[in-house]
Amino acid sequence: MTLSDIRPTTRRRIGRISSYVIFLAIVVVACLFADWSVIKQNFFNAKVAGDLWPGIVRAAVNTIVYTVIAFVVGLAMAIVLALLKMGHGPFKWFAVAWIELFRGVPALLTIFFFGLALPMAFPGLRFPGGLTGGGIVGLMLVTSAYTAEIIRAGIEAVPKGQREAARSLGMSHLRTTVTVILPQAIRIVIPPLTNEVVMLLKDTSLLSVIGATLTSKELTTFATDNLAIHANSTPLMVSAVVYLIISVPLTYVVGRLEKKMAVKK
Amino acid sequence: MTGPEAIDRYKDLHPRDLPIPGAPPIELIGLEKFFGDNHVLRGIDLTISKGEVVCVIGPSGSGKSTLLRSVNLLEWPTAGRVLIEGIDIQNPDVNLDRIRTRIGMVFQTFNLFPHMTVLRNVTVAQEKVLGRSADQARQIALAMIDRVGLSDKVDAHPSQLSGGQQQRVAIARSLSMNPDMMLFDEPTSALDPELVGEVLAVMRDLAAEGMTMMVVTHEMGFAREVGSRVIFMDEGQIIEQGVPEQVINHPRQPRTQAFLSKVL
Repeated sequence: MTLSDIRPTTRRRIGRISSYVIFLAIVVVACLFADWSVIKQNFFNAKVAGDLWPGIVRAAVNTIVYTVIAFVVGLAMAIVLALLKMGHGPFKWFAVAWIELFRGVPALLTIFFFGLALPMAFPGLRFPGGLTGGGIVGLMLVTSAYTAEIIRAGIEAVPKGQREAARSLGMSHLRTTVTVILPQAIRIVIPPLTNEVVMLLKDTSLLSVIGATLTSKELTTFATDNLAIHANSTPLMVSAVVYLIISVPLTYVVGRLEKKMAVKK
Repeated sequence: MTGPEAIDRYKDLHPRDLPIPGAPPIELIGLEKFFGDNHVLRGIDLTISKGEVVCVIGPSGSGKSTLLRSVNLLEWPTAGRVLIEGIDIQNPDVNLDRIRTRIGMVFQTFNLFPHMTVLRNVTVAQEKVLGRSADQARQIALAMIDRVGLSDKVDAHPSQLSGGQQQRVAIARSLSMNPDMMLFDEPTSALDPELVGEVLAVMRDLAAEGMTMMVVTHEMGFAREVGSRVIFMDEGQIIEQGVPEQVINHPRQPRTQAFLSKVL
């Protein structure tokens, strides 16, 4: 009996089982060769983890607050930018330049610019929230550029007949955009917007390049500071878990929301 | 519709936006339309009097839809004039948005707002454009939705309705603005055959009540039965027009005869 005598379904099952066996073997070998005491001591150290409390809560809350502020303001700017870019005249070119600038320059550089360079050049200038506030403004601008393109794609995906129906009922161009087009456009782009929020959540870690005060630390600053204090990597692992605790439920909730709205639509 | 809500259409309007007494609802003079090199309308003159039901027929690409869409300037003509109730609506000083509320329009693809309930679809423009109170708009909307026989669907979303029901809501939405005339752009072309009748029935009622109507359609039965005038268009021109019995049953022009022999 050769391999070709076996029925195709059986053959597929054998293939699947053997892939599990191989995978398991690799994991077992890796576990056997790992030095567990060192790993436990350096990455999962209960004493170090205990010392992180309660500062980690503050850092997590800061991370969420920075994300929400940058996203909400960035989204508002993005809607305006998207509408300007779809129009004509000088405002269109302003929007185009804005989007190209903040999309093309690394986020880190923008954060440096608003968080450090501007306050250094103009000592009188103070963003609310101090240096971190300046950094958040930088994040906002970067988000506004990416989100503007997402919103524009959403607006263009709304069928042309929607605008025509609204106009034929006497709605002005602006009224049509606000009441009929934007609500539909935003529903269409919820998946990429969610993506943008998660990216932003992680990009708040870039704020760690700006010296934060004790109370304004976000998760990554908090983790790297403690990495230095304890000479131990456990804070990195803990903050990684906290990032996941924030982002995974977020994507789950949005996914549910989307399903609910799909029924209505 | 009579009553106080019929008057609010003219609220806050400049005298130049008011209908000129005795003027026909629709008057098109020498309309030309180009899409790039494509000459879609070639000098259309057309006057529609109050209470007329004008059915426009013709092969696809003949310019019927473009002509209809020129009436409320969804399509801006390349040359020629559009007078609505005697007002030159291409005049930039005219309040085009408010005049459009007096021209109801029903589309082939319904174009209900999918993110709103049936009721909200019918109230939103009343509130945002005519400035009616939420309560007043709701009352008028409920009356109009009842009129098209969909009172049990008030809280549904458009996606939960059949095509015929969606089109009836679209008609109710237009009627809620108390228009003086209605434009229909192939209102039954996107419907399953068994749903065409319910929409035509609503339109028939409207015509019987004396609404001025301009209907682009392929429904020869409707044109023959309800139309007070039938216009045959081809290649951007009006080839023949007259009472339905004459145009549909005894066409004089060879092009009309050729078209009708294919569709009847």
